[in-house]
Amino acid sequence: MAEPMGFFTDTTVCIGCKACEVACKQWNQLPSPEGGANTMSGDSYDNTRKLDGINWRHVKFVEQFSEDRVGGRWLLMSDVCKHCVRAGCLEVCPTNAIIRTEFDTVVIQSDVCNGCGACVAGCPFGVIDINPVSKTAQKCTLCYDRLQAGMEPACSKACPTDSIQFGPVRELRERGAKRVSQLNDGGESRAYLYGADEKMLGGLNSFFLLVDKPEVYGLPPDPKLPSRNLVPASMFSALGALLVALIGVFSFRERRSGEGEDRP
Amino acid sequence: MEDSDCIVIMGSNMAENHPVAFRWPMKAKVQHGAKIIHVDPRFTRTSAVADIYAPLRAGSDVAFLGGLIRYVLESERWNSDPFFKSWVATYTNASTLISEDFRDTEDAAGVFSGLMAYKGGMPEWPFNGFTNEYDGQSWQYARGAVGDQGRSASSAQSGEASSTQSGSKEPLKRDHKGPPYDDIVEHLLQPAPDRDETMQHERSVLQIVKRHFSRYTPEMVERTTGCPQATFLQVAETLLANSGAERTSSFAYAVAWTQHTNGVQIIGACALLQLLLGNAGRPGAGVMALRGHASIQGSTDVPTLYHSIHGYMPHPSALKEHDSLTEYLTGETLPTGWWANMPKYVVSYLKSMYGDAATAENEFGYDWHPKIIGDHSHMAMFAAMNAGRVKGMLCIGQNPATTLNAKLDRAAMRKLDWLVVKDNWVHETATFWKNAPEISNGEVSVADVGTEVFFFPATQVAETDGTFTNTQRMLQFHYKAVDAPGDCRSDMWFSYELGKRLKRLYAQSDELRDQGLKHLTWEYEHEDADQRARGEPSMLKILKELNGYYSDDPSRHVGGFVDLKDDGSTTCASWIYSGCYPAPDKNLTARREADAPGVRGAQLNWAWAWPANRRIMYNRASADPSGRPWSERKKWVWWDETQGRWTGYDVPDFPATKPPDDQPKPGAVGMDALPGTAAFILKPDGMGWLFVPSGLVDGPLPTHYEPVESPVNNPLYKQQASPVIKYWKDEANPLAVVGDPQYPHVITTYRLTEHYLSGAMSRWLPWLNALMPELFIELSPELATEKGIANLDWVRITTPRGAIRAKALVTRRMRPFVIDGRRIHQVGMPWHWGYEGLSTGAVVNELTPLVGDPNVSMHEGKAFVCNVERA
Repeated sequence: MAEPMGFFTDTTVCIGCKACEVACKQWNQLPSPEGGANTMSGDSYDNTRKLDGINWRHVKFVEQFSEDRVGGRWLLMSDVCKHCVRAGCLEVCPTNAIIRTEFDTVVIQSDVCNGCGACVAGCPFGVIDINPVSKTAQKCTLCYDRLQAGMEPACSKACPTDSIQFGPVRELRERGAKRVSQLNDGGESRAYLYGADEKMLGGLNSFFLLVDKPEVYGLPPDPKLPSRNLVPASMFSALGALLVALIGVFSFRERRSGEGEDRP
Repeated sequence: MEDSDCIVIMGSNMAENHPVAFRWPMKAKVQHGAKIIHVDPRFTRTSAVADIYAPLRAGSDVAFLGGLIRYVLESERWNSDPFFKSWVATYTNASTLISEDFRDTEDAAGVFSGLMAYKGGMPEWPFNGFTNEYDGQSWQYARGAVGDQGRSASSAQSGEASSTQSGSKEPLKRDHKGPPYDDIVEHLLQPAPDRDETMQHERSVLQIVKRHFSRYTPEMVERTTGCPQATFLQVAETLLANSGAERTSSFAYAVAWTQHTNGVQIIGACALLQLLLGNAGRPGAGVMALRGHASIQGSTDVPTLYHSIHGYMPHPSALKEHDSLTEYLTGETLPTGWWANMPKYVVSYLKSMYGDAATAENEFGYDWHPKIIGDHSHMAMFAAMNAGRVKGMLCIGQNPATTLNAKLDRAAMRKLDWLVVKDNWVHETATFWKNAPEISNGEVSVADVGTEVFFFPATQVAETDGTFTNTQRMLQFHYKAVDAPGDCRSDMWFSYELGKRLKRLYAQSDELRDQGLKHLTWEYEHEDADQRARGEPSMLKILKELNGYYSDDPSRHVGGFVDLKDDGSTTCASWIYSGCYPAPDKNLTARREADAPGVRGAQLNWAWAWPANRRIMYNRASADPSGRPWSERKKWVWWDETQGRWTGYDVPDFPATKPPDDQPKPGAVGMDALPGTAAFILKPDGMGWLFVPSGLVDGPLPTHYEPVESPVNNPLYKQQASPVIKYWKDEANPLAVVGDPQYPHVITTYRLTEHYLSGAMSRWLPWLNALMPELFIELSPELATEKGIANLDWVRITTPRGAIRAKALVTRRMRPFVIDGRRIHQVGMPWHWGYEGLSTGAVVNELTPLVGDPNVSMHEGKAFVCNVERA
């Protein structure tokens, strides 16, 4: 396997230009329905709203202004699939359509996907959805086709300010840590890395530098795998099975005991 | 900007409108902790990544900059740090004395000496829009007993003789024939201006500047701009702390500084401030003019501007003494500084126009060259069109149906006999006769529109070879990636074919007025047979003409503008581009060699920048008067004593072997007339101008004037708006009076990252439309509450010119301002929409007035007044 590859997204230099969204749509030929002439959301400059089957990059706009405007902030962040080391989607896919590539990224193979939607529920970040054109589950592939050709992903290549950086995850983590200490030293004590260590789902190969709580950016503070429910759920299953077995045993008994009496 | 320690972005939303260039401020921020300051009426995506955001009311920029100027002049550091004293005394005109007749705005109720009623222009062209004008005689340098009034090479843009130009010298005899033209240049010499090296004389520029800005106190800044004093002071302290020998700060501006009736003065205020701080000609310093769109820099260098010929030389004008080449050169040449070379550039230009037909005997065909008769810029032209004075229009890459007072513009276009639209899509201008609002609402019937409209499909950039000239004056060649589909043809093809046909049409004419077309050189056949068959001209042949070549052997390219001659032996269309293509096999604009990472340099092998591949202009100022770098950290160009020449990372913008201690030679012209410290080589005195004695028509110093439409009285002066604005009076172009209760709010217009200009190129792309699908108006929750408007409600916006509808985007990024004790609301609208395309919306320019800056005829789209109500 090649070295694990991923994204480091430094939200403090994101200018919300959405070049990543357009570059992604162009490379992956994803549609914008109705010629794009939808109604505006009214939620700041965010008209994409969420990651789904046709939006694999999504720039979030969080306006933080008090009534007097003092210290107001407009947090901008380009969200994407996290390419988790322990990936929920991969875990729940019944057809093995979701694979881990030689770059340690997580990719849905459209031709194997049956569109059951298990992964949609299985992703703790809400990244995946069904693409209405292909009718299969889709999400960021970290430009698997470009990586195989030795090229960097379309979004990071298009990012004018290097808010989105692509590279070996090991190297990106070092760069991220350095940037955090630079910001901390400069008085921005709120800066930290989200998902850069193994504690979060074994590490997110696509991790972020944030300056507020994860919830502010719509990210779960403590994402969990679907399999976290495996033990309790299996207990229930075992219990249920036992119950069914007992009912069966008892009902047979009853039937057997009353066999003669029911006969006409 | 990557080298800046502090970057002030003002009059620009750089992150949104120049996202690619914004890479450099972000690099400065991440790599060495540069401070980013954004001063703007709205909290935008640029503010989001700035260290300091300073809000200000739209149209109050000079008050803010004036405050910074005063802060610097009064600060302890500026008055004690030897760097500032040495820099300002050596490289600016701070020591120069101004005429005794000068009266400042402080003495004359907010206007300068010399104000008078406008009486210029010619009856045939009553569309110049001038209201009043200044006689600038009293703004001139004092020149001892001789009392000469100095000269101005660049006068009012409408091609009128500026009053400062009359001079005291008789022009040379009309029958004087060059070349050479050296005697003209020598004849223009004047005595040196009076100076006081201590800068204490009351008529010295420094003292005048100090007095002029004394009223721009922090209190006054807050009262006028609405920016809290504490925030203003934080900006001032940060800027000053990051200027000096060891540190440099840069400013970036764009059309939010230009689109005002005092736009040139706003930029002048910034230049004045940067000169005081020593932030010019040095790495990480300067005033960055972020151009409005791709290659607009190129279109002013090789101009689509009506008032200048290539390389910023004034266009011959019927309103000036320009009857012969001799008179033109007498009127426009500056005898000292680099511009003394102008005769060489003009003659080489005329040779590029008329080739072998241009000879010394016929003054190189000067008589055949067109002359302007007034203001022929956008607003003046549409005013003339509306008066039925324009028969046809070639509209190439523009969408006037959606610009400035759009309804008036469309009414004007209905008076054309014919209109050619050449664009990528059938946009609003192409269909104004059938789909405009006044047609849809029945006000005008299609049957009554007599204009015949022709549409030519155009190629896109990846479908042609060519160069882009970017904001940094850098020419970058690009190659065609694919052939254009169908009948799409390049703009070059269109011009080339049109030229060929016109030449055929007039081939037999003996009329003097047709000789220009007859003799016009027009040979650009493509080298490639397929392209030739398509009719596409050769981009390289055009580039060669711009670079220049020897007239007797066109295969020999000139090496640069120092090779150009005034005798017709050289041919060069644009002297500033000379050197970009110095040999048939050396197209320097196609170079793509970056400096090695970590190596200090100026990226000299990446494409080519004018002039002479210099990346920072006036870079002599990056060394101290004796030629040594001001500091190791800000080293750029310096004097090498052992080699006896200037050297450094960049190409020195100075005569290579002129020593720092060189003294002017008596009676000399050109650069020999200036000392070895004259860093600003294009200025006749070699100095950066704090006080501008000539070249501006609205005053030698920046002064805060209110926009033409404003809700408040000018808090600083009795004079409300600039006394010399341009205004085109028309019943379809009414203005709101000051403080008009019908139009109580300030409105500003702008662009978004997601769309481009009028949307003519972007509203056809679903991917972009989805990102910004509808027209909206941004307003504060405070105003929304007052007016009962909820987020996403439809809002009706009215000005004296028109009314439109848009959806409300209620956001705290907008805020009310307290101006002079009154609460003023401000709203903002992007102007990307129109009635064609996949995403449609109202035309915001239905709201804007036809008023202009008197220097450059730029409109005031950034600050006017409106009303809003729930629709």
